[in-house]
Amino acid sequence: MLSLRRKAVNAVMLSLTGVCTFLAVGTLLFILGYLFVHGGTSLTWNFFTKLPTPVGEAGGGMANALLGSAKLLLLASCIGIPIGFLGGVYLAEFGGSSFSYVVRYTTDLLNGVPSIVIGIFAYILIVLPQQHYSTFAGGIALGVMMIPIAIRSSEDFLKAVPVSLREGAMALGASKAKTIFTVVIPAAKAGLITGIMLNIARVAGETAPLIFTAFGNRYWSPGWNQPTASLPVMIYTYAISPYADWKQQAWSAGFVLLMLVLVINVSARMILSKRGQVAR
Amino acid sequence: MTRRILIANAALAAVLTAGTASAQQVLINAGGATFPYPIYSKWFDEYHKKFSNIAINYASIGSGGGIAQVTAGTVDFGASDGPMTDAAIKEFQDKRGSAILHFPTVLGADVPTYNIPGVTASLNFTGDALAGIFMGKITKWDDPAITKENPGVKLPSNNIVVVHRSDNSGTTYIWTDYLSKASKEWEMKVGRGNGVNWPVGLGGKGNEGVSGSVQQTANSIGYVELAYAIQNKMTYGKVKNVAGEFIQASLASVTAAAAGMKDMPEDFRVSITNGPGKGVYPISSFTWLLIPSKIADPAKKKAIKDFLAWMLADGQKMTEPLLYAPLPKAVVTKELKAIDKIQ
Amino acid sequence: MSATAPTAFETRPSGRASAFWHRLRSGDDIAYVITLTCALTILAVTALLVFELYTNSTLPREKFGWSFLTGTTWDPVAGQYGALPFIYGTVVTSALALLMGIPLGVGAAIFLAELAPAKISNGLTFLIELLAAVPSVIFGLLGIFVLVPALVALEPAIRAVLGWTPLFSGPFYGVSMFSAGVVLSVMIVPFIISISREVILAVPTEQREGALALGATRWETTWNVVLPFAKKGIMGSIFLALARSLGETMAVTMVIGNEAKIHQSLFAPGYSIAAVIANNFSEASDALERGTYIELGLVLFGLTIIINGLARILVLSTTKKGAT
Repeated sequence: MLSLRRKAVNAVMLSLTGVCTFLAVGTLLFILGYLFVHGGTSLTWNFFTKLPTPVGEAGGGMANALLGSAKLLLLASCIGIPIGFLGGVYLAEFGGSSFSYVVRYTTDLLNGVPSIVIGIFAYILIVLPQQHYSTFAGGIALGVMMIPIAIRSSEDFLKAVPVSLREGAMALGASKAKTIFTVVIPAAKAGLITGIMLNIARVAGETAPLIFTAFGNRYWSPGWNQPTASLPVMIYTYAISPYADWKQQAWSAGFVLLMLVLVINVSARMILSKRGQVAR
Repeated sequence: MTRRILIANAALAAVLTAGTASAQQVLINAGGATFPYPIYSKWFDEYHKKFSNIAINYASIGSGGGIAQVTAGTVDFGASDGPMTDAAIKEFQDKRGSAILHFPTVLGADVPTYNIPGVTASLNFTGDALAGIFMGKITKWDDPAITKENPGVKLPSNNIVVVHRSDNSGTTYIWTDYLSKASKEWEMKVGRGNGVNWPVGLGGKGNEGVSGSVQQTANSIGYVELAYAIQNKMTYGKVKNVAGEFIQASLASVTAAAAGMKDMPEDFRVSITNGPGKGVYPISSFTWLLIPSKIADPAKKKAIKDFLAWMLADGQKMTEPLLYAPLPKAVVTKELKAIDKIQ
Repeated sequence: MSATAPTAFETRPSGRASAFWHRLRSGDDIAYVITLTCALTILAVTALLVFELYTNSTLPREKFGWSFLTGTTWDPVAGQYGALPFIYGTVVTSALALLMGIPLGVGAAIFLAELAPAKISNGLTFLIELLAAVPSVIFGLLGIFVLVPALVALEPAIRAVLGWTPLFSGPFYGVSMFSAGVVLSVMIVPFIISISREVILAVPTEQREGALALGATRWETTWNVVLPFAKKGIMGSIFLALARSLGETMAVTMVIGNEAKIHQSLFAPGYSIAAVIANNFSEASDALERGTYIELGLVLFGLTIIINGLARILVLSTTKKGAT
């Protein structure tokens, strides 16, 4: 028979693990709830349509930051996703063993680089020679961050396509390239798309690399060569300020950013689970 | 499907670049002092309302940032409340190949702002007391050096939390310049500068960060520009001037400090802290725009010169509601002439 | 793709030239070259990154050498650059984050892998993984306005329990290394949970069944059999979480107090490498100062390489999929 002590320890420890889980899940729900109450409920139309106003004057918004973030993400995606995706295709379809190992290792390396170091990199590479901050520099910084994530997820999802599909295509006489582009990639479509979505969501919230590249702007930023406001940087700037109106806007912006990121994440997972694959 | 995505991307890109600078739109990037940010942001906004094709994007990154960025050429002009040192001016000359010009814009004041639970009065501080607090030698609010000058106020026995700037700052320059003049010990141990080796304290980024920190931390004291203390309804103290009076920063006391200035040098670099005279607030200062003497882009050059002229005329009328003192008339006249130095 | 491309059955390359054209038309080589180029781009970008970091930090490296890492005074005005306070702050806050995050994370992973029914486990894991998606600046926002005041309110309680150690002595202003550690622990917990859960799920059922058959309780099985089996993978997740927390910038700089000094007490403010770079880089007044921040970036980069490498080795050897 089990001693009472052992039973007690069992019960206590297992309950503790439940408490840990509860704490972890509870934190997410708390964050969501708090941001909703402080940011969501006071979200005004001004926030989405107006430019920032001088300090101390109410009624400003973050319209330029929203557009700025959109432009940055667009540029970053145009750089990061094609390179990452095709690199993933290489690893999944063509890779030999030792070279692929080096590529994967380097991918993980780049993935682990703190985002602020990427910001420094983009500053040295682009801002200094160009002599000004720009959306372009910010987009490059974010794009570099997207590449390793894109490679990894593309490779994983392409590899998950059953070999039989590939063999079938080749048996019908398709070349390797044709197999990849007409059979394997469409088969992995759901995973690839969700990979892109998660990638964008991950990079959408990055602040540090933008501080030295896109810098900030109180106005609209025309084209790609001027500094631009972005949502995360505005949140940071407003949050550490002493102005009540700015702090309120920081909450609203935080709520909007969080909703954006979470909606993308949740949609991505749902697409994947519909297809029967579990996201990693 | 790929083609459709590419076309969609291209269309999106076209839409997003629709705001591309037309021939007339002039976007000027500037950065620097947080000290005058309230009045600058008002000015640039008003100017943009008047001339909607000219947008001056000013980033409040601190005087240190302003000097660094204008020297690196990543902004069109900078701003600082600590005048550039000779070495910094030379570095600008070496790097950018032209001179850097200082243009005073307004007068402001650094105030000692604090957050002591239960204390709403404006405390009296001597220069030595402030130096002692920021050196970490005076550690409690009920220290005799403070209570002696504030007989009617009940000060708690709590530890003083010092808040200073974490970034290079002209506001710091003004503060430490004053402390160096008021306390020999400070001058020897810490000295003056945009950034100093602070003996104690938490760091806040910009005037905004210091105000925010003081607001959120009980028993704290920091130094911020007057407009920040007022806008955020913070308590700030009086400082003892050379004439022996405890003066609170205000339009009148700051203007008096400028009036006591003997002569404005040609390059406009001058310090007016701890000046003589009655009713003078001792921690007052000019703040400057740092403008390169050669500006390549003709549209930007015209815009900047026009702005300066506007600032010296209409702009000066907007300073008082924000508690910045306008420039003395003699200085304005001198500056209007100096605008021609910008080629 | 083109409907007129000949299949292998239809044409037979008869000479070297036509063989070449055949391969070209089938696109294999082009696809190979293009994808290879993209894979090489990663190597190029990383190499360029290391190169730029290295060459742009030559000034301070030559001037200070190793004393850069051991000096304790950071005084740009006097030209003195000792980075130890930042290294200390980074290490301490990360260590604190792990200290709090590991029990919480592994505990939750055990619950999710061993106790919860599959559907609930998947659902809760999904929610916890969403926590990993929350941007750092939002943690910073909540850190300043929720956590710090909460800790200020809880300070007497903490001091009552832990005040006897020098680690919890001295005045507490809210922003401190302790607060940064707490925020970091919340940020890294999802990584520990998600990987540890996978690793624990991968432990063969026979191991558990054997222990249970011998009369062990559920907890005893988990603690004495499952966890040791999953140890390497869990360690890997911890290293991964550590690597994340070392590079965390925004959330830390908003709650750590930004003071470049080494204090013994966790209640005191501090500074981390990433935070000082974020705060001061854009106003570095000369090439030397800018070089020091780049050198700090290099240090951070080096640290994360080492730790990520260790994580990789550990996690790869215990789960089917590699490190996330």
